Amino acid sequence: MASRADASPPGVPRPLALGRRRLVARVEPSRSATLLVPVAAVLLTLLGGTVLFALLGQSPLAAFHAFFIEPLTTRYGIGEVLLKTGPLLLIAQGLAIGFRAQVWNIGAEGQLLLGAIAAAAVALTLADVESVWLLPLMMLAGTVAGAAWAGIAAWLRVRFQASEIIVTFMLSSVALQLLYYLVSGPLRDPMGMSFPQSALLHDAALFAPLLNGTRVNTSLYLAFIATAAAWLFMQKSLPGYRLQVGGLAPAAARYAGFAERRAVWIGLLVGGAAAGLAGVGEVAGPLGLLQRSISPGYGFAAIIVAFLGGLHPLGIVPAALVMALLYVGGDMAMVSAGLSNASTTLLQGMLLVSYLACSLFATHRLVRVKPREPHA
Amino acid sequence: MMDSIAFLLAGTLAAATPLLFAAMGEVVVEKSGVLNLGIEGMMASGAAAAFVVVFHGGGSGSALALGALAGLLLSCVFGLLVLTFLAHQVAAGLAVGILGLGASVQIGKAVEGRTIAPMPRIDLGPLSELPVIGRALFGQTPTVYAGLIAVALVWWFLNRSRAGLVVRAVGESPSAADAIGYPVALIRFAAIAFGGVMAGLGGACLTLAYTPLWADGLIAGRGWIVVALVVFGAWRPGRILLGAWLFGAVSLLELALQGVGLAIPSQLMSALPYLVTIVVLALISRDPRRLRLDRPVSLGKTHVPRA
Repeated sequence: MASRADASPPGVPRPLALGRRRLVARVEPSRSATLLVPVAAVLLTLLGGTVLFALLGQSPLAAFHAFFIEPLTTRYGIGEVLLKTGPLLLIAQGLAIGFRAQVWNIGAEGQLLLGAIAAAAVALTLADVESVWLLPLMMLAGTVAGAAWAGIAAWLRVRFQASEIIVTFMLSSVALQLLYYLVSGPLRDPMGMSFPQSALLHDAALFAPLLNGTRVNTSLYLAFIATAAAWLFMQKSLPGYRLQVGGLAPAAARYAGFAERRAVWIGLLVGGAAAGLAGVGEVAGPLGLLQRSISPGYGFAAIIVAFLGGLHPLGIVPAALVMALLYVGGDMAMVSAGLSNASTTLLQGMLLVSYLACSLFATHRLVRVKPREPHA
Repeated sequence: MMDSIAFLLAGTLAAATPLLFAAMGEVVVEKSGVLNLGIEGMMASGAAAAFVVVFHGGGSGSALALGALAGLLLSCVFGLLVLTFLAHQVAAGLAVGILGLGASVQIGKAVEGRTIAPMPRIDLGPLSELPVIGRALFGQTPTVYAGLIAVALVWWFLNRSRAGLVVRAVGESPSAADAIGYPVALIRFAAIAFGGVMAGLGGACLTLAYTPLWADGLIAGRGWIVVALVVFGAWRPGRILLGAWLFGAVSLLELALQGVGLAIPSQLMSALPYLVTIVVLALISRDPRRLRLDRPVSLGKTHVPRA
């Protein structure tokens, strides 16, 4: 034992043994490995998905084609992928800022719903207003509503030390019930029989179409503006730097006077605002009204997107595209290969599991150890 | 009036049982220093697997076993992620949670919306017919009693057994336990596996005894309430039991109030368990000193073992 312990100087993390090989922590995460990890995770998920389809008695090739190739062969399919990229990218950028500071907002789904509700409420209240300022007003309302919903968790965390993980999740379940209540009561379309949905939003309250023959609309710009903003904030600004230091080394951050409370507030408010804005994009985009189902789990999928993108504003862009493809592929596979939509959630889970497993090789490297001489 | 009290009492115990199983697993996992946030997915898979077994004519015993197996498999994935691949525990928990939810939908796809005959209740003749307390105490399904026994066993394990002492030591100071020569990763893996089995059993109790049907989303946040319950109960099995009863009662309030004839939006009643969780969590966490004393010191931190 003594000889091995002596081999690594004090302060250097000790290696893990893995048979003949040893895993040694890298001083700094390897750059190339950091880029390879998400690629490896996607490949592993494709492999896992193929095995899964085979187990389910489907032809793996047909399912694979329907899931990952077919959406990219038509203009409509590409449009659908872009349509779903928008909210995923927007929410993931907001979440990643909190995650980097170790603030775990897992209730983006509820914050998205609040944004959708607020935007729809504004549009329905101002149903006879045709101003170009209506849509910006809805965006403002949605952003504020999403941030406020996340703000409840931030306040409970800084005031009462209540875990933001649990509170944000619980609040998203509450938000869903709030939506159900509103669409079956106060915001229900009085002319709409008894369907639990609001009246249709008028044209001034909708984002303009962006690409002919698709459902993509101008709200997609918001996601890219958010990406640029997140990049500037995280990579170039002092507050962004403070936030990251707080996440990496809380003690050092406290010593340097970077307040933990501030990180909690910023992390949750930014995540909530982004999710709220994504909610506006859904009601004022493909939906055009408020109904019981607003989002196919974008708020939860965005957590995976944020991790898959390495919590880096630029990495999150391809990650969002991959996740959007998974969604659209799931829908298409249901139609063309008779697969259930449920496979999407399972593949999402596989994706994050593979990513986390592969990440080890970005922070550690495998070193082959010579068989040791028997002790004299 | 007496009838509704009897109903509330019996219903509370029954509704608390799935939470109790999963929480007894989670408290052991957290005592070993690992935060498992994947409970929701483990319960969902356990629930779906157990349901499918009974739906195809299997017995309760094999259904419970398969539910436990589903939870166990997922917990092994979680254990590998956090112990072998040194993944962040929060991220790994979320990943396995999503994986479990996806698996549950896949398992239950063919039986979505179907029902089964609920597990039969124990009948102790005259005892079960006692007014008010008869059905609550002497006329439950066997799972309710098993849940209570689990609380006693976990309490004994953590506080009175040598193995429990080792688990707690690993959770308080993994590096010290490591230095003494305890296999920290192995002990944590065992705790995680136990947690998975218990979460799977909790899910199985839900579909076998409490709501004998399968629908996507059936777990409805119970896994997260379990995580909160462990905090409420200050990592002590006895107090967690009280917390589970509180949530059992809250989830029955909707039915009870309808019985009295109060008109409250059903959505508010459905949101009540989540709102109560938030309020109680804030109240319990208010005193940082107390929380620091109760919480296992290394909870959530990755431990890099020595070579």
